[in-house]
Amino acid sequence: MNAATKTSTIRGRALSTDVWETLKKNRAAFVATLLLAVMSVMVVVAPILSPYAFDATDFDRISVGPSLSTLHLFGTDALGRDLFVRTMYGGRISLMVGLVATAVSLVIGIAWGATAGFIGGRSDHVMMRIVDVLYAMPFMFFVILLMVFFGRSIVLIFVAIGAINWLDMARIVRGQTLSLKEKEFVEAARAGGVSNVKIVLHHIVPNLLGVVAVYVTLTIPQVILVESFLSFLGLGVQEPMTSWGALVNEGAQEMETAPWMLIFPGAFLATTLFCLNFIGDGLRDALDPRDRSN
Amino acid sequence: MADAVLEVQSLNVRFTTPDGPVQAVRNLEFRVNPGETLGIVGESGSGKSQTALAIMGLLAANGRADGSARFKGDELIGLSDGDMNRVRGAQISMVFQDPMTSLNPYLTVGNQMRHVLQRHLGLSRGEALRHARTMLEMVRISEAERRLAMYPHELSGGMRQRVMIAMALSCRPGLLIADEPTTALDVTVQAQILKLMRELKSEFNTSILLITHDMGVVAGNADSVLVMRDGECREYGSVDKVFYKPADDYTRALLAAVPRLDEAMPERLATVSAPPTELGAEIAAVEKPRTNHAARQLLTVDGLGVRFRVAQPGLFARAQSLVAVDDVSFELAAGETLGVVGESGCGKSSLARAVLQLIPTASGRVCLLGRDLEQLARRELKNMRRDMQVIFQDPQASLDPRMTVAQIVGEPLNTFRPDLGQPERNERILSVLLRVGLAAEHLNRYPHEFSGGQAQRIGIARALMFDPQLIVCDEPVSALDVSIQAQIINLLMDLQVERGLSLIFIAHDLAVVRHISHRVMVMYLGRAVEVADRQSLYEHPRHPYTLALINAVPIPDPVVERSRQQQPLSGDLPSPLEPPSGCGFRTRCPHAIQRCADERPLLRPVGKSLVACHRAEEIE
Amino acid sequence: MLRFALKRVLGAIPTLLVLIALAFFLIKAAPGGPFDTDRRLPPEIEANLQAAYNLDEPLYRQFGLYLGGLLKGDFGPSFQYRDYTVTELIAAGFPVSLRLGGLAMLLAFVVGVAVGTVAALKQNAFTDHAAMAAAMIGISVPNFVMAPLLVLVFAVTLKWLPAGGLGDWRNFVLPVVALALPQIAYIARLTRGSMIEVLRADFIRTARAQGLPQRAVIIRHALKPALLPVISYLGPATAAIITGSVVIEQIFGVPGLGRFFVQGALNRDYTLVMGVVVFYGVLIVVFNLIVDLVYGWLDPRVQYQ
Ligand code: SF4
Repeated sequence: MNAATKTSTIRGRALSTDVWETLKKNRAAFVATLLLAVMSVMVVVAPILSPYAFDATDFDRISVGPSLSTLHLFGTDALGRDLFVRTMYGGRISLMVGLVATAVSLVIGIAWGATAGFIGGRSDHVMMRIVDVLYAMPFMFFVILLMVFFGRSIVLIFVAIGAINWLDMARIVRGQTLSLKEKEFVEAARAGGVSNVKIVLHHIVPNLLGVVAVYVTLTIPQVILVESFLSFLGLGVQEPMTSWGALVNEGAQEMETAPWMLIFPGAFLATTLFCLNFIGDGLRDALDPRDRSN
Repeated sequence: MADAVLEVQSLNVRFTTPDGPVQAVRNLEFRVNPGETLGIVGESGSGKSQTALAIMGLLAANGRADGSARFKGDELIGLSDGDMNRVRGAQISMVFQDPMTSLNPYLTVGNQMRHVLQRHLGLSRGEALRHARTMLEMVRISEAERRLAMYPHELSGGMRQRVMIAMALSCRPGLLIADEPTTALDVTVQAQILKLMRELKSEFNTSILLITHDMGVVAGNADSVLVMRDGECREYGSVDKVFYKPADDYTRALLAAVPRLDEAMPERLATVSAPPTELGAEIAAVEKPRTNHAARQLLTVDGLGVRFRVAQPGLFARAQSLVAVDDVSFELAAGETLGVVGESGCGKSSLARAVLQLIPTASGRVCLLGRDLEQLARRELKNMRRDMQVIFQDPQASLDPRMTVAQIVGEPLNTFRPDLGQPERNERILSVLLRVGLAAEHLNRYPHEFSGGQAQRIGIARALMFDPQLIVCDEPVSALDVSIQAQIINLLMDLQVERGLSLIFIAHDLAVVRHISHRVMVMYLGRAVEVADRQSLYEHPRHPYTLALINAVPIPDPVVERSRQQQPLSGDLPSPLEPPSGCGFRTRCPHAIQRCADERPLLRPVGKSLVACHRAEEIE
Repeated sequence: MLRFALKRVLGAIPTLLVLIALAFFLIKAAPGGPFDTDRRLPPEIEANLQAAYNLDEPLYRQFGLYLGGLLKGDFGPSFQYRDYTVTELIAAGFPVSLRLGGLAMLLAFVVGVAVGTVAALKQNAFTDHAAMAAAMIGISVPNFVMAPLLVLVFAVTLKWLPAGGLGDWRNFVLPVVALALPQIAYIARLTRGSMIEVLRADFIRTARAQGLPQRAVIIRHALKPALLPVISYLGPATAAIITGSVVIEQIFGVPGLGRFFVQGALNRDYTLVMGVVVFYGVLIVVFNLIVDLVYGWLDPRVQYQ
C-alpha cells in the first residue's frame, strides 16, 4: 500500500463516518445539507429549463412581478431580464466564489499553519508575526487594491478573497498542529522511525481535517458575503453576469417598488448561508473531542 | 443502632443517551452511621461516582435518580434545586478528585470560601473571611491569611486539595462525600491528605463517604466497605469482613489483582475477567520462579542530562531553563527489567524519552548494543529504532484516532519493510495481534471502539512488530483499572520471558514496580537517589525518600494499615525551576543536616544499593 | 503592568513599520496614477503636480519622506480632496465613526452577552433555538439589505425615526442598530458556546455542590471565564467598526471614515489610503493591547512581566 492511498483511506473512512454520524444525529444539519444539495443542483440545471437567457431583455415586461403565465417565475428586473434565470446564474457565481476562495485559503492556510506549528521555534515565531502584520491591514483595502491591480476578472476576485482569508485558517491549523505534535501517537510514530514528512502527512493532516471541515463550512458563507459587499461597491462581477450579492444589492435599491427583486435572490442567499452555518455548527459539536467522551 | 446519617434505599440512576437508556446504579442500599466512614470501591464505570452525584442532586441533565436517600431522616431524592441548595455545602458537602480543576481558577481562595459561608451561615463578608482563615489553619495550611488572597494556580496540588477540604467542612456538614480525593495526587501527598481527613473526621464529628478505586485507601480509612460493579452492590460489610472474609468472587478477585508491597509476590497477578463465574479459577496463581537472564549488557546510560526551556506564563518573560534529568547513569542487561519510580515531575518520563532519543539530551551518552545513539547518523538511528520501542501511559492517546488497528500496528512495516506484499503484511500484523490477545476481527476497527486495556494491547502489538530488544514502558498501566492492569503486567512479563526482552518500566506505583522489576531506580527532582535490586530496595530502603515513598503506599490490609505508624512526609515537591542547593530532597528530609545544603550527595554504594545520601549509613 | 504596556507598544513598532512599507509599495506598484483622468492634463501641469506631491523623487526617498511626515503626525495632503490634508480628513471623519461604532459595539456587547448566556442556560430548549436562529439571521443577512429594511420599516413606514443623517440622538438610532445587529449575533453565538463549555467545568460543579444558587454560580463563577473569548473577539472587531463602514455611511448619509478606504483605493489617492491604513493599523495594535490588559485582569493566570 503506498502512502497516498493510505492517507486517503484513513480520512476517507474515518472522517466521513464522523460527518455522517453528525448528519444522522443533528436534524438541523441534515435538513441543511439536503437543502444545500437541492439548491446546488438547481442553480446548475434550472436555467436550462427556462425559455429565457440570463442577459436577454424582455422589453414588453420591464419590472414585472412574478407570474406563471409569462414564465417569469420570479418576475423581471428593471431591464426586463428574467429574474429566475438570473438568480440561478447568480447562484452559480456565488457558490463558485465561495468554493474557490475557500479552497485557496484552505491550501495556503493549511500549508502555512501546519508548517509553522510543526517546525515550531523561531520559524513559527516569524511566520506568525507575518500573519499578525497582515491582520493589521484593513481587509477591504487589500481586496480593492488587488482588484485595481488585476482588473475585475471573476477568477481573480475569487483568488484575491481566498488569498486574504487564509489568515484565520493558518492560525487555527497552527494551534491544532502544535497540540497534535505533542500527542503520544505522534511520539509513538517518531519512536517507530517514521519520517517527519510522513508524520505530517499520515498523522497530523488527517487529524486536522475535522477542524478544517468545520472551518470550511463557516468560511464559505463569509466569502459569499464579502462578494456581495463588493457588488454593493460596484466592484463585483460585471454586467450582464451577476451574482446573488449583485442581485440582492439591486433588489435592495428597489425594495419599495419591486420587492420581488430583493426577496427571491435574498431568500436564496440567506438560505445558503443558513444551511452552511447549521452544518458547520453541527460538525463542530460532533467533532469536539470533549463532546465525544460523554 | 443510632439513627443513620445517610440511609440509601433502592437507589437507581438512569441516563438517557442517544444510544438508548443506560442504568448506572441499580437498586443500591447502604447506610452511613454517625462518625462512620463508608468506603465505596469499584472500578471505572461501576457507578460509584454517580451514586454520590445522585445523592447531591448533581447528576448531569440527562440523568435521573429514583429510590430513596434520607439524610438524617429527610428525603433528598426528588428535592427541588432550591431546597437542595440548603443541604448542599451546609449539611452534605463534597470533595472532588482533581483539585486542579475543581477550584475556580478565576477567583481567590478567600472569595471562593467566603461565598459558601455567607450563603449558608449568613455571615458578613469580614466574618466569613475570618472564618475561612480559621478553616485554612485547621487543614494545616501555613500562612493562612496570605493564602486567602491567592489564586488556586499559585498553590500546589496538595494545598489545593486542603483548600477543597476546608471549604467542604467550613459549614460543619454532617456528611462529607469524598470522590477519589487523592487519586490525582502523588503518593506522599496522598498520605498527608488521608491523615488530615482522619484527623478532621473526629474534630468535626463528620461522617464520610469515601469513594475510591484503591483497596489500600479503603483498608486504612474506612469502617465499612461497599464494593460496586456495573452499578450493583457486590459486597457490603465491615472493612475486616470484606478484606478477610470476602463472600463475593469479584471482591476476592479484586483483592488478588492488586500487587502488594508487603507480601511475597505471586508470579502472575490474578486477573478479573468478564464472566464472574470463572473468577475463582483465575485467582489460583501459577508459581514460576522468575529467572534473570542477566547476561549480555544491552543498554548503557551514562551521565544523561535533559534540559527544557520553559516559557514562563506572561507574554514577554524570559525563558528559563529547567533541568528535567540531571546526570543519570544506569545499565540494563538483556532480559532485565529496570523499574523507575518517582512522583510527578521527577523526570522519569523525560528520562524515557531521552533514552529513546525522542527529545534532545543536554549531556551524557546512551549506548544501545554498544553504539552511542547520539553519534549515529539519522539513517542508522532510524534502523536502531527497530530494537527500541515504547509503550505510553494513555493507551487511547497513543493511537492515531484516524487509523485502523491494522494501519497502526502495520506502521512499522511501512517504515522498515515497504517491500512486503499485502498478504505478508497482513499475516505479520495478525500474528502480533493474536500474540497480545486481540483477534482478526479487530483489524479494521478504529481506536475509540476499544477499551483502555485493549487499546494498550494494540500499543504493545505495535511495539512488538520487529521483535525489539528494549521496550521503554512509560506508566503503561496507570490509566487502567486494577483488573486490567494485572492483565497487561502479566502480558508484559510473559513477553519478556518468551523473547528475552529488556524493559524499562516507569511508574509511580511502587507495588507495581516491585512486582515487575529486577532492579529499581528511585528518582527525585531529576536525579537518581537510589538504585538497587528489587529485594534490597523494598526490604532495606536506604535513602530517606525511598523509605518515605514505601511508607506512604497504602496497603490493602486493614490490620496492617491500622498498626502502621503514619508519619507522612511533609511539604510538597520543590519547583524544578528552583531546585534546592545540595541534596534536592533536603527540604522534606527528616534527617537533613547542614552538609545536605552545602554539598550534593552522589550515588555511592551502601550495602547492596547505590544511594545518594550523606547519611545513608546512619539511617535504618 | 505599565512596563508590560510599554513593551507591547515598542514591540508593535516593527509590525507597524512592516505594515506601512507593505501598503506603501503595494500602492506604488499598482498600475495607474492619481492624475489619470479622462482628460489628459498638459505635461507641465502634471509635472508640477508630481513635484508638489514628491512623486518625482525615487521611491525610497518618497517612503523616507512619508515616514518623516508620519512621525510629525502629518499624513500628507490628499490627492483627491485637494484642499485638505489627510490628517484633516481623518480628524473630520473619525469622531463620527467612533461615536457610531462605539455605541454599536456597546449595544452589541450588552445584548450579545445577555442573549448568549440565556441561550446557554436553556441549552437545546426553545429559547435557545429561537435565539440562535435569530443570531443566524443576523450573520446571514448582508447589512446593505438590513439597513434599507430598517429605514423602510422605521423611517418610511412607521415614521418613528429619521433615516440617518447627522443631528440629535434620534438620527443615530438606525445606523447604530444596523451596525450592531451582526455583531450582536456573533457575540451571542460566541458567548453561548463558551458559556456552555464553562458550565461543564469541574469548578462549576464544585460551586453547585456547595449549594450556591444558579444565579450566583453564573454571575460569580461562570461569567468571567465565559467572557474571555468574547473579549478576544472584541479587540479587533472594535478597531474595525470604529473606523467606519462604507455601507452604513452610504445608506444613512453619515460622513464617517469608512468611505475613505474605498474611495482612496479606487481613486489612487495614495496619501489618503496610506493614512487610513496606518490609522487602522495603529488602532488594531492599541485594541489588541487593551484586550491583553483586560484579559490579564480577568484571568489571574496571565502574568505581566
Ligand atoms: S543527603 Fe541529607 S537531605 Fe538528602 S536525603 Fe540524605 S540526609 Fe536527607
